[in-house]
Formats: sequence, C-alpha cells, structure tokens
Amino acid sequence: MMSRNPDRIFYGLCLAVALGLVFLVLGIGFTLLSGSWLSLKKFGLAFIWHRVWDPVSEEFGALPFIVGTVVTSLVALLITIPFALSSGIFLAEYAPARMAGPLAALIELLAGIPSVIYGLWALFYLVPLVRWVEMKFGAPPFGLGLPTASLVLAIMILPYAASITREVLKMVPPEIKEAAYGLGATKWEVIRGVCIPYSLSGIVAGLLLSLGRALGETMAVTMVIGNRSEVPTSFWDLANTMASVIANEFTEASKDLHLSALVEIGLLLFLITLLVNTLARIIIAKLQVK
Amino acid sequence: MSRLFYRKLKDRLALAAIVLLAFLPAFPLFHILYGILKQGLSVLSWEFLTHLPKPPGEPGGGVGNAILGTLMLAVMASGMAVPVGVLCGVYLSEYARGKFGEVVRVAADVLQGVPSIVLGIVAYLWVVKPMGHFSAFSGAVALAVMMLPVIVRSTEEILKMIPETLREASLALGVNYWRTVLKVLIPTGMVGITTGILLSLARIMGETAPLLFTAFGNPFWNLNPLQPVEALPLTVFKYAISPYEEWILQAWGASVVLTLMVLGLNLISRFLAWRLGGR
Amino acid sequence: MKASTIHEPKGPIIFDIRHLWAYYNDKPAIREVTFKIPEKKVTAIMGPSGCGKTTFIRCLNRLHELTPGARVEGEVLLRGQNILELDPVLVRRKVGMVFQRPNPFPTMTIYDNVLAGYKLLGQKLKREEADATVEEALRKAALWEEVKDSLHKRGTYLSGGQQQRLCIARALAVKPEVLLMDEPTSALDPKSTAKIEELVVELKNTVTIVIVTHNIAQAGRVSDYTAFFYLGELVEYAPTSQIFTVPQDPRTEEFLKGKFG
Repeated sequence: MMSRNPDRIFYGLCLAVALGLVFLVLGIGFTLLSGSWLSLKKFGLAFIWHRVWDPVSEEFGALPFIVGTVVTSLVALLITIPFALSSGIFLAEYAPARMAGPLAALIELLAGIPSVIYGLWALFYLVPLVRWVEMKFGAPPFGLGLPTASLVLAIMILPYAASITREVLKMVPPEIKEAAYGLGATKWEVIRGVCIPYSLSGIVAGLLLSLGRALGETMAVTMVIGNRSEVPTSFWDLANTMASVIANEFTEASKDLHLSALVEIGLLLFLITLLVNTLARIIIAKLQVK
Repeated sequence: MSRLFYRKLKDRLALAAIVLLAFLPAFPLFHILYGILKQGLSVLSWEFLTHLPKPPGEPGGGVGNAILGTLMLAVMASGMAVPVGVLCGVYLSEYARGKFGEVVRVAADVLQGVPSIVLGIVAYLWVVKPMGHFSAFSGAVALAVMMLPVIVRSTEEILKMIPETLREASLALGVNYWRTVLKVLIPTGMVGITTGILLSLARIMGETAPLLFTAFGNPFWNLNPLQPVEALPLTVFKYAISPYEEWILQAWGASVVLTLMVLGLNLISRFLAWRLGGR
Repeated sequence: MKASTIHEPKGPIIFDIRHLWAYYNDKPAIREVTFKIPEKKVTAIMGPSGCGKTTFIRCLNRLHELTPGARVEGEVLLRGQNILELDPVLVRRKVGMVFQRPNPFPTMTIYDNVLAGYKLLGQKLKREEADATVEEALRKAALWEEVKDSLHKRGTYLSGGQQQRLCIARALAVKPEVLLMDEPTSALDPKSTAKIEELVVELKNTVTIVIVTHNIAQAGRVSDYTAFFYLGELVEYAPTSQIFTVPQDPRTEEFLKGKFG
C-alpha cells in the first residue's frame, strides 16, 4: 500500500497543475471582469456603442476602437486571402517536394519575426508608400492610419494563413485527386473542383484563426495607426484599435475610471478573439469527425 | 477542340495567377529582413551590445541592459512555465480520461488565443497593482502565461507518440508510474519537449505588448526581479517612435539583435524537430 | 522463343502496345512490353504483387506520369494513335479508370459524382440531358435501383460495394472507349465482389475492359484474355481459357498453381 503512495502524490500533482491551468483561464476572465467593474457599472452595455472617448471629462465609449479593430482586421484578411490561398495552393500542389519544404519553413520563420519589428519596418518603408498613394488620391497625406495598419496586418498574418492553407490542402486524399485526373480533368480543374471543396471548411477555419491573430495584434498597429480616438469616417482616417488604445493609454491612466474603461476594452477584445477562435475550433473539430 | 484549348488556357492562366500571387508577398517579407540588415548592421558593435543607452544627442551607447533584461525575462518566464507546462502535458497524455481532459485542452487552446496585450493587463492587475510598482517579475508572469499552452500541447503530443510498450516495459520491472514518467517517458521525449519549449520561447522573446505596463523598461542595469527591467522589444518600440535620428538607428540595431535571437531559437527548434522526424 | 508466348488476338484491336517501358526515378518498372488488346473484350492483367500490373494500366491512360519521377518510353496506340503523343487530358477522357479503393468525391452528391466528368471540366448539361446521363450510367453500373431515391445524398453515405459501383458509373458517364479497373474488388467483401464481377461481364458489350487482378479465380471468371506479368515483363498473353489450361511458360504455370503470389 505504501509503495503506491508516491504514484498517488504524482498523480495529484499533475491533476493540480491541470486544474491550475483551467483556473488560470477562468482567473483571466474573472480579473478582466472585476477590473472593468467600475466602467461596467457606470456605462453599462452602452459602452460598446458609445462614440466618445474623452479621458479628460471621463466619458468613455468603445465604438471608435471596435470600429478600428474590425475595419483593420477585416481589410487585412481580405487583402491576405488571395495571396495566402495562392501561396498555400502553390506549395501544396505545384511546387516540387524538394522546393516546397524549405519554402514553407522559410515562410514560418518570417512569421516568427516580432511584431514590433514589423511596426518599425512599416513606419519607415510602408508609411511613405501609403503617403504617396494618398497624395495621388487626394486624401490627406498622413501616411499613418487605417490603410497602413491594414496593410501591415495583412503582411503579418499572411505567412500563418498560407501555411494553414497548405497543410489543409495536403490532407486531400490522393485517391480522389487521381479519380478526377482519371476523368480527364486538368490540374486546375482538379484543384478547383476537388481539392478546394474538400478542404474548404479547413481553409475557412485557418482564415478565422488568422483573423483572430489580426484582432489581437498590438505593436505594429499601434505604431502606424495614428492614435486618434474618434470613430473613423473614411478609410484614410487616423484611428485606434482596441489593442492600440490599451497600449497607448494604460500607463498614463491616472484615474480609476479611465483604467477600468481600458480593462473593459481588454475584456471586449478577449471576448471577440475568443468567439472567432472558438468558431474556428468548432469547424476543425467537425472536420476531424468526418 | 476549341473547348480543350479554352480549358488548357484556363489551366495555364490559373497557374500563372497562382505563381504571381504566391510570390508577390515574398517581396515585403524579404524587404523586412533587408531593412533590418541594411539599417541595423551598421549600428552593431561591441559597445552597442554591452553598454547602457546614452541620452539623445550623445553619440554611442548601447542596449546591453535590454539584452540582459530580455534574457532575464526569458529565464524567469521559463522557470515558471516549463515545470507547470510539462506536468500539465503529462497529465493530458497519461491521466486525462473523458471530459476533464477535454476541458484542460480547451483551456490551453483558449489561452493560446488570448491577445498578448490582454495578458499584459492581467499581469498588471495581478502583480503590478498589488505591489505598487512595475517589475521584471510581473513581465515574466505575462510571458509565462503565453508560453504555457505551447509547452502543454507539445509535451502532450510527444508523450502520446511514445509507444505503449515502453511504459509497459518499465512498469513490468516494478518501476513506479511516476518514476516511469520522469525517468523513462520524459527522457525519451526530451528532444520533442525541448523543441516545444524553444518554440514557445521564440514566441515570447519578441513580445512587446505584455511588457509595456509590467516590465515597463529601465535605462539602467537591473538584475532585481522586483524592479522594472528593459527588454529588447521595448527598446525597439521606444526608439522607433522617438523623434531622434540616432535613437531610430539604434532601434534598427536592436531589431537585428532581437531578430537573430528569435530566428536562432526558431532554427534550433526546427533542427531538433527535423532530427526527431528523421529518426 | 518469347514471341510464341504472346498471342495475337483476332478481331478488332483497340490498344496496340509496342516496346513499352515505364520508369520510377530511372528504375524500370515495366520492361519492353508488346501486345495487343482486343476491342469489347475483358482483358485481365495478372501477376504477383510488385510485378508492374498497376503501373502498366496506369500507362494506358497516362496516370502514371502523375507520380513524381515517373517516365514512359515506347508506343501505346489507341486505335492507331499514339496516346503518349496526345494530350493526357484527352486520353483520360477516352480511357476511364476505376481504382482499388472506392473513391467517390466526398463533397459531391451521388448525382454530382456521376456527372463529375462533366462538372469538373466546366461542361454544362441541360437538365434532362443530365438526368438521362445519370440514370443511364447508374443503370449500367447496376446501382440505379438502389440509389434512385437518394440521388442527392452524399456519395460517401453508400456502402463500400455501392461506392465502387458509383465510381464505375462515374467513369461510364463520360462514355469512354476503354475502362481500366485496378483491382476494383480488393477492398470489398465477397458479395460486393460477385456483383462487380457480374457487372464486368455485362459491360463488355459496350466498352473494352482491362482489369488488374491478383486473384487468379477472378481473372478466370471474368476475362476473355489474360496477360501474365512477372517482374515488370509480360511473360505470357493468351485467351484466358488457353492460359488457364495449357500455360506455355513455366512461370505462368507456377503462378497459376499458387507457387508464388
């Protein structure tokens, strides 16, 4: 009986740690909730659609940042989709195996470059480019703002979206591809008619996961979005995202209500990314059952 | 016949479009590497790596404190995340049956998806606020939470790949389960587990957002975990948005150092994973 | 010596194969194969595993070339035209294929699976035409009665044997001249196998069939001609009744007696 004791203790330790992980997640949710209590109490649900964010008069609404986050992330996703799908298709279907492996590894390495460095690069190479475009279009030539933030986000999530697309496409069974070739289909017809429909839900899940990344991305966006806490009225506007306003104002928030409002934005960001990621995971789980 | 021509043409056009769209993004991605190397390499020097920063306007100075701070944060975060993460992975692979295991896995997935800035807020509320000041420790807490899910899931996957016969062989010798885990399973999966840890380290070393209001930054040398500490990504951020020419140049220099550290970790873990797959 | 074991079939010829070599990464898998396949008959390709049977029939619709590092030399004349010089996409239209494992397209309904040969190629059919094609193909594949009420369910919902007949219907729907079958019953139970074999015998009235099998009895039951492959070479080719009763080559004889396999 004694000899089994250490096993029980070890099991208990592992279980405790696993429980700890669950409580950690619950704790994060709870902390965000209690941290934003002041703001929740004061503004209620109207916080979400209130358009004014004014730390001086202590009037807080999250709409400018929700709009900023949603616009930049969705535009980034839209820009990325054709490139990411093409890269994924190229690597999975066209590139010879000897070339595809190293290329995919390279892409993933580039995905590992820290966000703040993407921001630095964007600040010095992307901003002048966007400014030039803005002058051509007769928009105010800030160089910063929604377009720059969307572009840098698109570049950042592309490697991730491309490598998921590649992996999903590689899961298409060769037999059904051969069946299509056997019917006289060209390579493109096989990809279009068999591979893409087969992996569609996986590709969608991958794009959702990429969207989840874009939503929470902070540094690069903070550096180029222009930090203007008003609801943007045009795509050329300076703006702020949920993540960037937290990054900018958190250490300067001297008043409790201001801090609490920022925490509430963090809570909202947490919930939005949770929703998008959960959707993606549900799709993936269904995929595996099939 | 013309139908076939049309289909062939479509096939070719699709290929051309795919190749074009697939290779176009290589331009910005490589331009980033090019930018870092072009702007940053000229700044690198022994002094840059080992000295404290100087006030704007004065030439020279370095990011020695930031490099030390980044390493210190990485060590502290690993110290917290590795034991917890590995044990949690052991639980999932060896003990988890049924619903609760699923709950733990979902928790790890949720944790993986939490934006890093949100973890910064949480670490602020948990550590900085009660202590009353910024500290390396609070930054390490935020980073450790980011490392956890990667370590948990990779440990679980690696341990699950170990054949059942190995466990049985050890247990048949009368070895306790916990000894079997610590002396047989974990050593067998060591390379894979290390790969996971290095990947998670690469993930957090470049993180800025969770450090903004935890580790905060510090222009001086600091090894005290209870005091604020500088970190390379913080330096890049601060210098990049500063109006001073020489600071901006130093931001590029710090970027080179940071990129080399992160890519180095990625390459090592990739190499380990490749060797693991090769066997 | 060799020529005597390769029979020259009478009647119209559909495939005239001349000095065919097939390679994987410069290793020959088919060596110097020369023979003629008669029209509207069932020709069985038989031999121990690894003898190149599958490689051989994959040369007949140029599916072999999809494998990286694969290469073909020689001539394969389909009604006098060398298919190795034609566009593979056209060849596969005339020479359909059924695979070892049933492989209906999982994203398509039964109806769409039968029409896949048109839909994938972007060919639009009129409603009545499409319906008629589906019914005809499914009837030929002896599947119509079983699925006519569930045409719009997924093909993967069928049993293994039904799925294989669906794949046969899919291949027949584009009206090929030849149907290649690569061990079509190897993944099926005996009952489904019997059904497919019946079908093969019926189908030869409309289409030439080349069937790979490592099952000697199956070759005996369904085929008119049998080609025996060994280590990538065509050892013997003759009417099935002849090869089964008086094999000319000792290797054929040993295989038929079950000495290797």
